[in-house]
Amino acid sequence: MFRSVLEGPTAQADMTVLVNGAETPAWDGETVAGVLLRVPGAGRTSAVTGEPRLPYCQMGVCFDCLAIVDGVASTQGCLVPVKPGMRIESQQGAREIGR
Amino acid sequence: MDADVIIIGAGVVGAALAYGVAKTGRTVVVLDGGDRDLRAARANFGLVWVQGKGSDAPAYSLLTRQSSDLWPEFRNELANRSPLALDYSRPGGLAFCLSETEYENRAAINERTHNQGAEADTAMVDRAELERMLPALTLGPDVVGASYCKLDGHVNPLQLLASLHHAIPSMGGKIMFRNPVEKIVPVAGGFNVIAAQGTLQAPRVIVAAGLATPTLTEPLGLSVPLRSERGQILVTERLAPILPFPGSGLRQSADGTIMIGATNENVADIGVTVSSATQLALRAMRIVPALGSARLVRQWAGMRVLPLDKTPIYAESLDYPGLFAAACHSGVTLAAAHAAMIAPAMASGHLPDQFAPFSNGRFNVQKCA
Repeated sequence: MFRSVLEGPTAQADMTVLVNGAETPAWDGETVAGVLLRVPGAGRTSAVTGEPRLPYCQMGVCFDCLAIVDGVASTQGCLVPVKPGMRIESQQGAREIGR
Repeated sequence: MDADVIIIGAGVVGAALAYGVAKTGRTVVVLDGGDRDLRAARANFGLVWVQGKGSDAPAYSLLTRQSSDLWPEFRNELANRSPLALDYSRPGGLAFCLSETEYENRAAINERTHNQGAEADTAMVDRAELERMLPALTLGPDVVGASYCKLDGHVNPLQLLASLHHAIPSMGGKIMFRNPVEKIVPVAGGFNVIAAQGTLQAPRVIVAAGLATPTLTEPLGLSVPLRSERGQILVTERLAPILPFPGSGLRQSADGTIMIGATNENVADIGVTVSSATQLALRAMRIVPALGSARLVRQWAGMRVLPLDKTPIYAESLDYPGLFAAACHSGVTLAAAHAAMIAPAMASGHLPDQFAPFSNGRFNVQKCA
């Protein structure tokens, strides 16, 4: 998987976020999409074709980083900076809206 | 002569007619307008809708039912002539009622339609029944019930247009895009159609140019009285399936997007407004409150093509036989009838008596009296 350029060999993580329930180190200035790239198997599947997808453009255009962030589905991960304790979940296929 | 039939307008009405003409083995050339034309066919909601249509016009109600019944075969045939996707289904449709008054008014419309001889294919369903029909969602507290018509269905209207545009050339027809017509000139044995890309000649001309139809036909004395009405539509992101039935003003496409529409505004431009977005979204949330969390991805507007009495106009010029006009609001619903019934009639040069209720003569009070 990818490695963050912010992450030095000795640098302490600034925070912990939950990715699909797993505690994951994260650094100030990272986006949700950045974290998703580092975590194996944390991509989503396309609502159109069902194919696996990873964050791509990192600038809000491609929508391939959609994730469920703190319960809000279809969040563009590349536009959201990480926060301590943030819950990030992979979004599979078309979004389900609550009842 | 350049073709047996020239059709002016490659929207969903002109294209369905051209498809029907091509099926008869005649040569057809379709002339489409400019990119900035109004293009109702590209703003459509996509219902193939029976309930409520022609509640005061029995002939329109009957034609709508005929077209709805022709649609499955029309769809399959068209899909076989084109490699493009063409999402269509006919699970029946719902008109949601958000108050006792709406419920009673809807029941009255159904009764009026049935009293005119239409089959009783529409029934009122109460809230409890509606909840059983829609197990994947929670209805808002205002929902009293709905009217359900088993004939209703829906189609992706952009795929319909693209499929027609693909099928016509494959059947020997020709479509000339960005070729707006300036005027139609009667000549010996037919008509010259003077357009941006040159003049074409044919013994028969069908004008299906939406709201631009009268400007082309009226100089030749063929009156096609139309008015327009703006409709705005919202569409959400793709969602997991929750709405198994299309509804008037609320349908989930095969792609998963939910379309929310449409306003009826007496406005001449195709802009979109915050107030209409609010009004549409609020009503959708009164039906399905969970939609409040769905993301909107687009809002657009189109201009409805409305004959003055809302009933389609299929007219032939008395002064210039061979010149026809077709204009209607329900270009998608009626596409199957246009291809199978109207196109062969116009192509053969005569509209049979069964279509007399759609003639433009009905607007001429003096003549009727």
